[in-house]
Amino acid sequence: MPIQYYIFLSIALFCIGIMGVLMRRNAIIIFMCIEMMLNAVNLLLVSFSKMWADAGRVDAGSAQIFVFFIMVVAAAEVAVGLAIIVMMYRNSHSVDVNLLSRLKN
Amino acid sequence: MNALITTALLGVVLMFTGLFVKNKQQIKYIAILGALLAFVANIVDLQTISGGGSKVLFGMLEVSHFSILFNAIAIGATLLYFILCGSAFEKVGEHVADYFALIFFILAGITMTGAFSNLLILFISIEILSIPQYILAGADKQNLKSNEASLKYFLMGSFSTGILLMGIALIYGATGTFNVTEMALGTGELNPMALIGITLLGFALSFKVSAAPFHFWTPDVYDGSPTVFTAFMATVVKAAGFIAFLRLFHVTFNGGNMSSHWQLVLAIITAATLIIGNFTAVFQISVKRMLAYSSIAQAGFMLFGVISLNQLAVQGIMLYAIAYSVGTIGIFAILLKMKDYTFDGFNGLAKKQPFVACVATIFLMSLAGIPLTAGFFAKYLVLSAAIQQGNLLWLVIIAVLCAAVSAYYYFRVIIAMYFKQGDANVENVTPGFKVALFVTAAIVIILGIFPGLLLQLI
Repeated sequence: MPIQYYIFLSIALFCIGIMGVLMRRNAIIIFMCIEMMLNAVNLLLVSFSKMWADAGRVDAGSAQIFVFFIMVVAAAEVAVGLAIIVMMYRNSHSVDVNLLSRLKN
Repeated sequence: MNALITTALLGVVLMFTGLFVKNKQQIKYIAILGALLAFVANIVDLQTISGGGSKVLFGMLEVSHFSILFNAIAIGATLLYFILCGSAFEKVGEHVADYFALIFFILAGITMTGAFSNLLILFISIEILSIPQYILAGADKQNLKSNEASLKYFLMGSFSTGILLMGIALIYGATGTFNVTEMALGTGELNPMALIGITLLGFALSFKVSAAPFHFWTPDVYDGSPTVFTAFMATVVKAAGFIAFLRLFHVTFNGGNMSSHWQLVLAIITAATLIIGNFTAVFQISVKRMLAYSSIAQAGFMLFGVISLNQLAVQGIMLYAIAYSVGTIGIFAILLKMKDYTFDGFNGLAKKQPFVACVATIFLMSLAGIPLTAGFFAKYLVLSAAIQQGNLLWLVIIAVLCAAVSAYYYFRVIIAMYFKQGDANVENVTPGFKVALFVTAAIVIILGIFPGLLLQLI
């Protein structure tokens, strides 16, 4: 399959993620959209890795290693992020990101 | 390389210290000793480099004079921060050792920002220095403002990480390598995919250093976080963001007519940062929030170092990193001793604590860029680098006008301290704290008179 398909799919996923972050108000959904952006990048990196391997580059596997690093960092981010959301839920009984700006005043 | 290993290990050590050492003062002393150790270990690294720099870890990191000097600045500023603000950690919460450990982990990320030679390390270092900050911002768990700061910082930070990664992926697609020197983007025709990648990387890094129009998270986060952690986030970490920015754009996106593609965009970002930061800072009533906007405004000046592609810019950004970090840590250390964070809270401080007021004046003058302080030469160097670069004169004029505006809000604090009647509510100031303040102010003045002491090291 041509590489363009993969690029368009990744860009589409990435844009859905961005739109979600900008438009949704629920902290968990924003968080899921961010994860979707990261996974779009993973898909793109893997397909580029294949593309460069077909083009004859011997070090094309490095992009796949990069994907593992992204997964590990994303897992660390999930650990911290969910803890932050739980902390917020305990104090305000809501995960709405707009609520906080109202409450603090 | 030594600095990276020691700071990462010290983070682990400090986490265990919390189990065995219950006295919070002792934990602080252990952290100070640890920072000293990291500082020395970093200097020892000088022996290993030969010529321009040496590659370590399979070419992932490049240890050079540049990276060692920046590590020394970052670790030294952290040392000062521990000495000046370390006692305030226990006001935030119970887990003092954990906060110190998180700061050492941030430092481990910072030591890589000046040394990366692979985009993977750029990504890892930016994440290592960001994730602990999300926790520190929310350290005051019961406080809604702290919760909001933490959540906002986390969401915005990981959002910008996503953009950064997309940029890296697109550049990889265009060049087939993650190595910043092998990319050679400057030679030959520029792939549109690489161009989008560079733009996305520039936007993501602008997010991290809070340049306008990506600055909107900064005032809320810096204002909502516990003050003692704001002091660290707004200084050392921000300087590290700039070092990563500078290294990426000077090493990778340079050569040929490469820079013409991004220079104008960054120049517009700089102008917007300067104008928004300075003019919004004027209208603040809280000194803490004013310092948050001032950090945006100072980011505008540091961006000059990124735009101007010459040696003077590198020297300027180093001097700026130290002048800004030390000055802001000093003023935050004094702010931590105040009960009231508004401008009125400073009324009459000079009568009550003449020494503290005098030192605060030195820090504020350095931030405003008055001659005989380090801030003056820092601003002078970054602006003259831009003039040397050419075709950026309009930006320099905006910067000078904005520096004049910045004098207004910094001097408001000085006027409140010296010329207004009032009863400034200060906690007791120990002699040790005064000595530390004196040393900090001495650094600001000495670098203001002999900037060559630092600049000859690059």
